[in-house]
Amino acid sequence: MSNDISNNLLKQISIAFNDKTPLRISAGNSKTFYGNHVNAQAINTLEHKGITEYQPSELVVTVRSGTLLSELESELKANKQMLAFEPPQHSEETTIGGIVACGLSGPRRAACGSVRDFVLGTTIINGRAEKCRFGGQVMKNVAGYDAARLMVGAQGTLGVLLDISLKILPVNESEISLKINTELSHAIKNLQQWTQQGLPVTASCFFKNTLYLRLGSTHSAVKQSLNTINNNFDTEEIDEAFWLSIKNQTHDFFTNANLWRCSHQMATRFYGDTDKQLLEWNGALRWINSEKDLYATADKHNGHAQRYPLTNSDETTDIFQPLQPGVLKIHKRLKQAFDPENILNPGRLYADL
Amino acid sequence: MNDKKSIINKLSKLLPDGQLLYRLEDLKPYECDALSAYQAVPLAVAIPDNIEQLKSILSLCYENNIPVVARGAGTGLSGGALPHKDGVLLSLAKFNKIITIDSKNHTAVVQPGVRNLAISEAVKELGLYYAPDPSSQIACSIGGNVAENAGGVHCLKYGLTVHNIIKLKVLTMDGDELTIGCDALDSPGYDLLALLTGSEGMLAIITEITVKLLPIPAVAKVMLASFDDIAVAGQAVSDVIAQGIIPAGLELMDNAAIKAADDFVHAGYPHDAAAILLCEIDGSVEEVNDQLRLAEKILKQSGATKIQIAKDEEQRAQFWAGRKAAFPAVGRLSPDYYCMDGTIPRHQISNVLKRISELSAEYKQTVVNVFHAGDGNLHPLILFDANNDGELERTEELGGKILDFCVEVGGTITGEHGVGIEKINQMCGQFNSDEITQFHSIKIAFDEKQLLNPGKNIPTLQRCAEFGAMHVHHGNLPHPELERF
Repeated sequence: MSNDISNNLLKQISIAFNDKTPLRISAGNSKTFYGNHVNAQAINTLEHKGITEYQPSELVVTVRSGTLLSELESELKANKQMLAFEPPQHSEETTIGGIVACGLSGPRRAACGSVRDFVLGTTIINGRAEKCRFGGQVMKNVAGYDAARLMVGAQGTLGVLLDISLKILPVNESEISLKINTELSHAIKNLQQWTQQGLPVTASCFFKNTLYLRLGSTHSAVKQSLNTINNNFDTEEIDEAFWLSIKNQTHDFFTNANLWRCSHQMATRFYGDTDKQLLEWNGALRWINSEKDLYATADKHNGHAQRYPLTNSDETTDIFQPLQPGVLKIHKRLKQAFDPENILNPGRLYADL
Repeated sequence: MNDKKSIINKLSKLLPDGQLLYRLEDLKPYECDALSAYQAVPLAVAIPDNIEQLKSILSLCYENNIPVVARGAGTGLSGGALPHKDGVLLSLAKFNKIITIDSKNHTAVVQPGVRNLAISEAVKELGLYYAPDPSSQIACSIGGNVAENAGGVHCLKYGLTVHNIIKLKVLTMDGDELTIGCDALDSPGYDLLALLTGSEGMLAIITEITVKLLPIPAVAKVMLASFDDIAVAGQAVSDVIAQGIIPAGLELMDNAAIKAADDFVHAGYPHDAAAILLCEIDGSVEEVNDQLRLAEKILKQSGATKIQIAKDEEQRAQFWAGRKAAFPAVGRLSPDYYCMDGTIPRHQISNVLKRISELSAEYKQTVVNVFHAGDGNLHPLILFDANNDGELERTEELGGKILDFCVEVGGTITGEHGVGIEKINQMCGQFNSDEITQFHSIKIAFDEKQLLNPGKNIPTLQRCAEFGAMHVHHGNLPHPELERF
């Protein structure tokens, strides 16, 4: 299904700009948990959908923001290609626009890069109701400021996403998933060693004394890597569906009531009760069940924390890691530069943006 | 404007002897970067060696409304470090320390004046390297790489500078010291790291960079494929990628470039080929063997007349030596050359090469092609003699037409060299007035007084109106809403 409602969206934003009426941007509503509640009139991009350009040999796809993630991924899969940042699908209605706006990446992130690494260009409507195209559809592009990647994770506060060009990658010829019983510190040490050796680890997860691993490359490279690991460990092959439960956060661990998402360097020492943690990204992403606020602890370890899911109803408290004052000042000025009347998702990311 | 003497006097109080240059003979070496067609002598050159000096210079310039142009190694190809005649040229050459190397997290913290290649050399014994490798990597500084979002031959697989740095420390013009990005794999808030990368010294002064290091691949092998038609070589590039191979490097050279490079460094290139492709595959032994076999098969099917796989490391270095020496080799063919940097969708390579050849005939100027084919990043080299009246202007006009065509087929005016002063007019063709206005407002968010590198990167709308009036495209005036001057 293909449908272009950009003129309609432009009209709605133009009216909101003139009337100074705030707008709450939505599409499939699968990320209402991710960010502060915005109490405003809705503008919905779900009907702005369709793949507008896709030539597999270009490794680039251009897609309207309301396109369902499932539709995009199945089209890529038919051509043996993928979104290498492995975005989470929180519901059937998850759209690619929501993924880009929230900047969410999945298990393959540590190996391949994050959503922003794959964004080549975006077309947006800014808060002055102007349609602007930044970046492009080519691999290298340094003309003008990189406002295309600036949209990733901005949660719509700088512009409503219309079209997105993404770099895509071929799927691996072979992938295998396995699990190993081991301790946390051993697991992390081995992951460090394997990545240093160039083993094709495309995902890792540690939970309850078990390391889950996915290897992906050519057939013979995967076979050789598996031999290397089998020389030191007893491994058991598992169904690749395990990674869906991590990617889409349907694994039981994500039902914990006091869940925190902490992002760190891979080799950061552990804190808190390791039995109450699930680790991804070779140790760089830690899901921690904690009744205590973890902002200060994460900051002390040169990382950052956020509540997850973000069900905070108190609209006066920021729920992402607080920003350094100078950095916050730049954020406010950029918000002013893109959305002078503060009509686009006001307060969704931080109270003053 | 403050009296020149008084500013120099104030600056001299901030810096020890030898770190402030203001006599004409001392300033001359700084009058241009690697784009020597544009020159300007600055008011002074400041060469601080610590952060306090740097802060005090910025503060003085801020208070006195003096423009500041940052300069790394001066290897930029778009005039990004061209001095401002009333401004301070801020050399970061003395910020040349590698501060820390973290072998566990595969990162290094470096100062902006560190040379690109020096990072890889410093971490080599740990089995690590820094991936982006612009051709000037022996001399160019990492700070300049960040400012330009520098690329190189390995971008298709390993990305640009923006993909290979994780954190910056910067100073804004109004005195804030900011940490941008994070040691983790993501950071809260807006992606200011992406915004600052490639911002050409227009938003802030970079004082520290945390780079990502990668394990050195176990094996790298290169093959040289010859073609008797450059269009067939262009198509072969798409064919390789369509089959699921991401080469570490995929470079194309036309006959003129082949001959020039081979005469210069004896790379073993076939002089009778219309074009060659250099295709490098790296990774584990098994992966490289699998993909090399497949790539060889595809290139044969795509019409390669001959394929040679480098038999050892020596021959691999020899094949690459020709490519890496291509620019200086072309420099021997003509008193001057002008290097363009348009990037296009790969399937347009043959089409654009044909158009370049037509324009070359029309302008009666030789154009040599050597480029990053895997990325669609063209580097047409237009040969000319700057001593002949009007030839530089004609060359720039021809270059401009090539870039216009790149934009027309869905590409961009610059893939890795930056806009600087060189391509500022072509920005008017790639972006509309709303987009350009948005860029200016980003600039003001960081640098309200617009003192950092003024006049570069983003054209004024007035400039676009004037330029547009000269280059009416298909009868459509760009920015018809603006007054013409």
